[in-house]
This record gives sequence, structure tokens and C-alpha cells, in this order.
Amino acid sequence: MTADREEAARRGSALAEGALGGDRRALARLLTAVENRTPVAEAALRRLHAEAGDAHLVGITGAPGAGKSTLVAALIGEVRASGRSVAVVAVDPSSPITGGAILGDRVRMQAYAADDGVFIRSMASRGHAGGLAAASVAAATVLDAAGFDLILLETVGTGQSEVEVAAAADTTVVLEAPEMGDEVQAIKAGLLEVADVVVVNKGDRPGAQRAAAELRAMLTATASPRLAGADPTATARTASGGPAAAPARPGPKRPEVLVTTATTGEGVPELLAAIERHRQGLGVEGGPAPVRRARAAALVWALLGDRVRRRLEDPALADVTAETLDAVVRHELDPYAAADRLLGALVGDAGRRPEGRDAGRQTSRG
Amino acid sequence: MGDRPIKVLIAKPGLDGHDRGAKVLARGLRDEGFEVVYTGLRQTPEMVVTAALQEDVDVVGLSILSGAHMTLVPRVCALLREKGLGDVLVAAGGIIPDDDVPALREAGVAAVFGPGTTIGDVAAFIRANVRALD
Repeated sequence: MTADREEAARRGSALAEGALGGDRRALARLLTAVENRTPVAEAALRRLHAEAGDAHLVGITGAPGAGKSTLVAALIGEVRASGRSVAVVAVDPSSPITGGAILGDRVRMQAYAADDGVFIRSMASRGHAGGLAAASVAAATVLDAAGFDLILLETVGTGQSEVEVAAAADTTVVLEAPEMGDEVQAIKAGLLEVADVVVVNKGDRPGAQRAAAELRAMLTATASPRLAGADPTATARTASGGPAAAPARPGPKRPEVLVTTATTGEGVPELLAAIERHRQGLGVEGGPAPVRRARAAALVWALLGDRVRRRLEDPALADVTAETLDAVVRHELDPYAAADRLLGALVGDAGRRPEGRDAGRQTSRG
Repeated sequence: MGDRPIKVLIAKPGLDGHDRGAKVLARGLRDEGFEVVYTGLRQTPEMVVTAALQEDVDVVGLSILSGAHMTLVPRVCALLREKGLGDVLVAAGGIIPDDDVPALREAGVAAVFGPGTTIGDVAAFIRANVRALD
């Protein structure tokens, strides 16, 4: 047990040092560990967190076939032309039946095999809903620490409500195809609401400019000054709960709307410039932007949840946990009281003695 | 640990444009529960090996119908070893004469799958011969 943990710590820090030193094989192996959420990954991520934070994380999302991978490939070229390095985490869906997956995003990104400033990693969603894989954010942290300047997070083909990428990225780009629908589509809640930049791709198709104009009209003209606040980029989105959260409701974003033709590269320099403008508005260079604060909170809460559960399943508490769950099954204890009771058991186990195993039973069903 | 999906790269090195077989195999392995990275047509050995390295795949499957296998496959195997990926299982498929198989095995190919091979055969071979999953 302890020997395993020591071995994991040793391997994790070896992979982390390798990744930091530019060893691409170590980086790739580490990403596998992160994907499989092994103890090796934990050891490495502990080491790498302090090294991360400089990269610009950009989410690319949109419907299947909208051109995300082709646009990512075009963006890679543009970023490299500016002398910066770029990493891609491209997510494709896992089969809900077999767990298998076809990871096909590299097909469009083959031109950069010989370029050490480009690193592309495909990832299966492995049952995680929301558009990314469970390990995508941790993978981005690893690539950030490894020194990549820009990290593109490409989601699975999304529908209207897979908005997770907006919490994972500093800047969220939403792709639309020219045939995206009428103006009502543009004012529906969901994906378009989290966009920092909206791109109508396939700009060579008829209707692209008109679609962009409609989106622009609906997305940028509707925000009332009262809701939007003083900052036109209105980045206060996911209720980060900072102490000085002045407006009760975060204002709607006012995304830039651009037209690209990813296959020819038309509009791609302008897109990269818009992504850069958004980053500047975020104030990433200064203090932590609200989106980064929210991301840190989400990571810590998720780990806390995992750890609480692991502790409750530890031999020391496994009996109490099982008994409590059984009581819920028998409808002798309600789920709220059960949660309170397990939390009490956890605190008792950490220091004080628990007050008694039946604490909380008073709310049981009569 | 150990129960993670096996990750396979299916690549078409060289210039032939016949990717139906590679796509059918990719789809079939997906249905067998593998995570399959498909990189498309006209890959150089360098592109295949870069993809294998960045994706940290357990298996590289090379589909070749052009007759260029004696040039391309040993080059992929040599590059894999050069990059420290000697533990990656390499399999070839497509149209490869029986006479060439011993030389390919010598170069580092674990198996050559010709016409008539079932997806089940390929999946079973991979499961039996893949490196230890960590």
C-alpha cells in the first residue's frame, strides 16, 4: 500500500520533471496517467501546479461537422507563424455501449508532425457529459506547465447545452455553420450565451455573412447597460462568489462575431486577434480573472468530494457508511440526515470521538 | 488500473488512397471497446510515429495496399524504437505477400493481417499481446 504510493510518487515526479524538461514521451505518458486518474497523475499534478498558469486556455466548441478540427488546424498554423507554441486537447465521444471511441480529430492536423512547438492529444470523453473529458482540465494544466503558450481545448460535437468548456477555458469560441437557423436560435439560452467569440465557419457558403449579421444583431445589441455593467466584455459569469461581487446577476456577454473559412485560412488571423483581445480583457496578466477563480474552486470542490467519499469507504468508517446507506434504503433515515451523519462521522474520525452512531436518526420516518 | 481502454493508432502510410479497410477496422475496434486514433491518408512514417508518441498509443496498426510496405513498415518500426516506443505493438494489414512477412517480423512487426482476417481476430491478438497497461 505505502510502497505503491511511494512508487507512484516517484514515477509521477519523474514524469513531471521529464515533461518540464521538454521530454515529449514523458509528457505523453503523463497525459495517459492523468486520463486514467492514477496516483502517478496526482503526484505529478502536485508538482506541476506551481509551474502552470501562464498559458492561454482557449475552448473551441460547436456542432458536429461545424469545422472545429479544421479551424484548430488553421489556428495552429497562425499561432506558429507568430512564434508561439501550441498544444491541442481534442475530445471525441466514447461509445456508451462498448466504451470504445474513434478519435478522428488528428486527421485535419497532420501538417505539424515535425514541429516541436506543436503537441496534439486526442481524448475520449469516457462517459463524461458536458463536451469535454473528465481529465481535460488536468491535461491542460500539464500542457500549461510543460510550457505551451496557447492551449486549444476542442470539445466533442456539441448541441445547445454542453457549456462545460466555458468553465475550463479562459476564452470560449463557439462555431456555427451558416445554416444555423433563424434569429430565434441566436437568442436561445445555452451554448451561444457562454461564447466570448462566435465564429460562423464555412464562410464560402452562401448565407454565411447574413448568419453572422443576424448573430451580431441578436448577441451584441440585446444586453441592456444595467445588466451588462461597465465592462463591455462582462466576464463575471459563473458566479465565482468573490467578496466584491457587486451585481447580483452576471451580465450577458457581448461576443465578437467573425466569419472564417477554415479550409482556406480566410478570417483565421482575425480570429486569433479576437481571441487575444479577449484575453487582454480578462486581465489574465494581472490578478486571477473570475473564470480562473471559478475553475480553481471547481477543481478543489471536486477533489474534496472524491476525498470525502474515499475516507468514508476506508476500513475505519466503512461500517458506519454502509449502515447509514442501508438505513436510507429502509426509509428509516432520510438522505439529508444521512449526509449530516456521515459528515459528523468524518469529523469525529479526524479528531474528536463521534457522538454516537445514531446521531441524526431523529429525522427518520416514523 | 489495468482496466483502461487499449489505445490503438490506425494509420495509412504512403500514397495509396484506399482507406475503406482502415476505416472498417477502426470502426470494428471501436465496437470491441478500443480507443482508436485514426489519422487518415497519406502519412509519412514520421507523422505516424509523432502521432503514436503524442497519443501514447499501445498499438500501431498500419494499413498498406500500395506495395510499399517493405519500405514504410520497417521505417516506422525503426523510428518507434528510436523515440523510445519499442514497447508499442505494431501490426500491419492490407495487401502484403506471404513472402514478405518474415522480413517484416524481423523488422519488428508483431503480426500481419491479410484479407479475410476478422475484426475479432485482430482484437483478440491485440488483447493477448499488448504491453502491460498502467
